[in-house]
Amino acid sequence: MDTLNILLVGFISIVIINNLVLTKFLGICPFLGVSARIDMAFGMGLAVTFVVTLSGTLTWLIDHLFLIPLGLEVTRYVCFILVIAGAVQLVEMYVRKFFGGLYESFGIFLPLITTNCAILGLCLFINLWGIDNLLEAAVLSFGAGVGFTMAICIMAGIRENLNLADVPECLKGAPITLITAGLLTLAFMGFAGMIK
Amino acid sequence: MTDPPDKKPGLYTGTFSAGLWRENPVFRLLLGMCPTLAVTAAVKPALTMGLSVIFVLLCSNIVVSLIRKLLKPHLRILMFTLTISTFVTIADLFLKAFLPRMSETLGPYVPLIIVNCIIICRSESCASRNGLAVSVIDAMGMGAGFTLTLCVLAAVREVLASGRVFEVRVLPETFVPWNAMGMPVGAFITLGLLLGLVNVVTGKRA
Repeated sequence: MDTLNILLVGFISIVIINNLVLTKFLGICPFLGVSARIDMAFGMGLAVTFVVTLSGTLTWLIDHLFLIPLGLEVTRYVCFILVIAGAVQLVEMYVRKFFGGLYESFGIFLPLITTNCAILGLCLFINLWGIDNLLEAAVLSFGAGVGFTMAICIMAGIRENLNLADVPECLKGAPITLITAGLLTLAFMGFAGMIK
Repeated sequence: MTDPPDKKPGLYTGTFSAGLWRENPVFRLLLGMCPTLAVTAAVKPALTMGLSVIFVLLCSNIVVSLIRKLLKPHLRILMFTLTISTFVTIADLFLKAFLPRMSETLGPYVPLIIVNCIIICRSESCASRNGLAVSVIDAMGMGAGFTLTLCVLAAVREVLASGRVFEVRVLPETFVPWNAMGMPVGAFITLGLLLGLVNVVTGKRA
């Protein structure tokens, strides 16, 4: 029961309170780039959720099974980025073989996930927070993906309506998106303190 | 290292100034948004971040430029990332050893330089196609542009959040600090408004 509690609290906290996009500024590039249409945003969110769950769990395993016992922490970043690049490659091959239609619609975004800072960021945060159990690491990784999907979908929903708004010429495009994102983080700040 | 474009006069200064304004990585290319937003609550961490990025960008551009003839097309992104992560590890260890408090403030954003799009973008579009000299100058220009932008953004936020710049008080004691400026909200909105300002300036020039 206690473990379940910790997992649940951890999950909610990473989805809402410590949302990677809105409070840690991770994954801003796809957040700004792919959030123009809600269906694409959702697809991107799903792909990121999958990769982040996989690589968060894998990097935790590698860190605790190999790097720490062997005293190779110096090579941590190189290993992490290799794992992420490998996971993305794997997902790409899998999706292309079994879900052709989905692969077409992802297009360039799938390989670009490698350089999505949300993923490496999460692996580093798991390391920084000193998570010492595999289940917790897996749940946190999944939660980070869900949080990313939620943020990017909310943003896409707002931006679809923003098209109808009368925005000053110089603020069109990226500036107004950033300002909208700022207001969105303001709303999410209300959740801060809900869980210590 | 004697590619034809290297010999054009004015190319070096042109490459350098492109990074500062015309192709400024943050304002014009919208690259490297994560560190731009995350470390600009004050000028000091922003400057440290900028210098680390210059170091990594310079080293990776040099290495990529030297090995560009050996790179296989399908493996090149992987090679870039590995090169970059090696230099980021060096920078991270250096900060941990000599500036431990700054390293703590920056936290995971130092290792996150690995996935900073600016560096991969420069490796791909400049260093893997040009000789050593152009790559070095491009790295300096882009790095300087990035650092300057970070500092401008950080200065605005620091003044409004605490009335200080570089931890020196510039506004009178009676100034009521805008706490929101130090938070994520301030980062997004300041950057949005600055981008708008840049658009106004470039729009007038054109």
